[in-house]
Amino acid sequence: MSDPQARVVIVGAGHAGGTAAALLRQYGYAGPITLLGDEPIAPYQRPPLSKAWLKGEADAESLALKPVSFYAEHDIVLRLGVKAVAIDRTAKVVRLEGGEAVPYDILILATGARARRLALPGADLKGMLELRTAADAEALKAAIGAGKTLAIVGGGYIGLEAAASARALGAEAVVIEVLPRVLARVASEPLSSFFQDYHRARGVRFELGVGVAGFEGEAGHVTGVKLSDGRVIACDAALVGVGAVPNEEIARDAGLDCANGVVVDLEARTSDPAIFAIGDLTNRPMPLYGRAHRLESVPNALEQAKQAACAIVGRPAPAGEVPWFWSDQYDVKLQIAGVPFECDETLVRGDPAAGKFAVFHLKGNTVQAVEAVNAPPEFMMGKQLIAQRRAVAREKLADPTVSMKEVAA
Amino acid sequence: MAKITYIEHDGTEHTIDVKPGLSVMEGAVKNNIPGIDADCGGACACATCHVYVDDAWREKTGTPSAMEESMLDFAEGVEPNSRLSCQIKVTDALDGLVVRLPESQH
Repeated sequence: MSDPQARVVIVGAGHAGGTAAALLRQYGYAGPITLLGDEPIAPYQRPPLSKAWLKGEADAESLALKPVSFYAEHDIVLRLGVKAVAIDRTAKVVRLEGGEAVPYDILILATGARARRLALPGADLKGMLELRTAADAEALKAAIGAGKTLAIVGGGYIGLEAAASARALGAEAVVIEVLPRVLARVASEPLSSFFQDYHRARGVRFELGVGVAGFEGEAGHVTGVKLSDGRVIACDAALVGVGAVPNEEIARDAGLDCANGVVVDLEARTSDPAIFAIGDLTNRPMPLYGRAHRLESVPNALEQAKQAACAIVGRPAPAGEVPWFWSDQYDVKLQIAGVPFECDETLVRGDPAAGKFAVFHLKGNTVQAVEAVNAPPEFMMGKQLIAQRRAVAREKLADPTVSMKEVAA
Repeated sequence: MAKITYIEHDGTEHTIDVKPGLSVMEGAVKNNIPGIDADCGGACACATCHVYVDDAWREKTGTPSAMEESMLDFAEGVEPNSRLSCQIKVTDALDGLVVRLPESQH
C-alpha cells in the first residue's frame, strides 16, 4: 500500500461498490472511504428482486447488504441520491450532477449496468416496466396481482424469473421472445426446452420466434404488446427484459480503455493506475479461458471487489474463481459454472423429464461449463473440474449411475 | 436477540447479537465478519457460507436438507458437523451458539 491515508472514492453503491467498501475496512484500511450511489437506498442485493422479494418472501431489511448503521460505524461516508457525471483524471476529482467536485486519490468505478431499452412506439407508456432496481421491483410487484396479465418481452433469466413470480402471485404471464427458444443467448438447447415445458405446465404462455413492433395504450397506459406479425397481446403491464448495457459512459469520456465494458486487469485496475473498476461494468480477463469477457453476476462483483480491495491494501491477489451463476424458478434450482467458450460437444447427464439433470459443455476432454438443474453434485464437481482443466472420461460423465466423485477420480 | 460466536480459522472470535429470523450467515455478513462470503445471498447455491457447528449445538441447529447435504458433500474440508450457515435460522433457542469458520473461506 502506498499511502495509508489515500482518499478512496467509490462510484456506485450496488453489490460491487458496497462490498468493496466493506472489504477495505475488513482488511484494515484506515483511510477515508466515500461511497456514492445514485439510488436513494443503501447497497442491497438485486437477485431476490425477481425472486423471493417479488413473491413477498423477503423484505427490505433482508435485501440490505449491511444494516444502515454499518456505514457510520465503519467510518464510510455513504452519499445516496447523487449522480456522478464526469471524472477529471488530471485534477483527480469526480464531478457530481449539480457541479460538486469530490476529490480522490484512488477511484473505484462500480456503476453497474442498466436495462436495455427498446426504441419502439409506445415504449414510454405507463405500465411499461423494467427490472433492475428496488424501485423497478416495487412497480412490478404492484402490477402483478391476481387476475392481472403481465406481458414479458424477452425470454432471458429476468423474464423467466418474473414469469414464475407472477404465476406464484396469481397473475397471467405471457413471454415474448424474438428467438425460437427462451434463454437462447445464455443457455443450451436442453435447458431452454426444460424451462419452456416447466413454465408452460404452470400456466405461462410463450410467443417464440416473433418480434415486438410496439406497445398499444389507452389514456397513456399500456394495454397491449403489438407483435411483428400484427397480433396484439393484451396486458395490464409489460416488462421488458432484453439484456443490460454497461454504465461505462463516464469512464469512456474520461479516456479509460473500454470495449463493451471498462477494460481491467486481474487487480481490477483500469488503464489509469489510480482507477479501479468492478462488477457488471467491466470487461475482465478470464485466465481459465485465455480471453476477456464482461460478466453480469454477483459472484463476479464480489470477486472483483476482493481483487481491488486486496490491491489497495497491498494484500496478495485472491485466488482466481470459476465464474458461476444461479437462478431460482418455482422449485427449480439452476446452477451454472463456467462459460461455454469454444465448445465442440454438449453432453446431457441425467433425465430432463425427471427434473434433475446437467448439461456439460466440453472442449476436447475438458469441461468448459456445466448447467445443473436440481443437481448440486454436478454443479459442485463440475466447477472443480473446470478449475482444474483436467481431462474427463466422457462415457463416465454421461452415465448418471457413475457418481460425480468417481467421474473426477 | 441471540448471541452467536463466530471463530475464524486463526482463532479470532467475534461474538455478536443476531436477530431471530435472520440466518447464521446473515448475522455474519451484516456484521462484516471475515470468512463467510455467501456469494448467493442465502439461496443454498454456492457453499461459500460453510461453518462447523460446535458439538454442543449440533442438535439444536437441526439437520441439513437434502439440497444442503448434497452441496456440502462437495465442499472443501467437510466434517460431520459441517453446515451451510444460510440454512440455519436464528431463534432464541440458539442464544450462545458457537460456529467455526473453515480455512478455505479465508
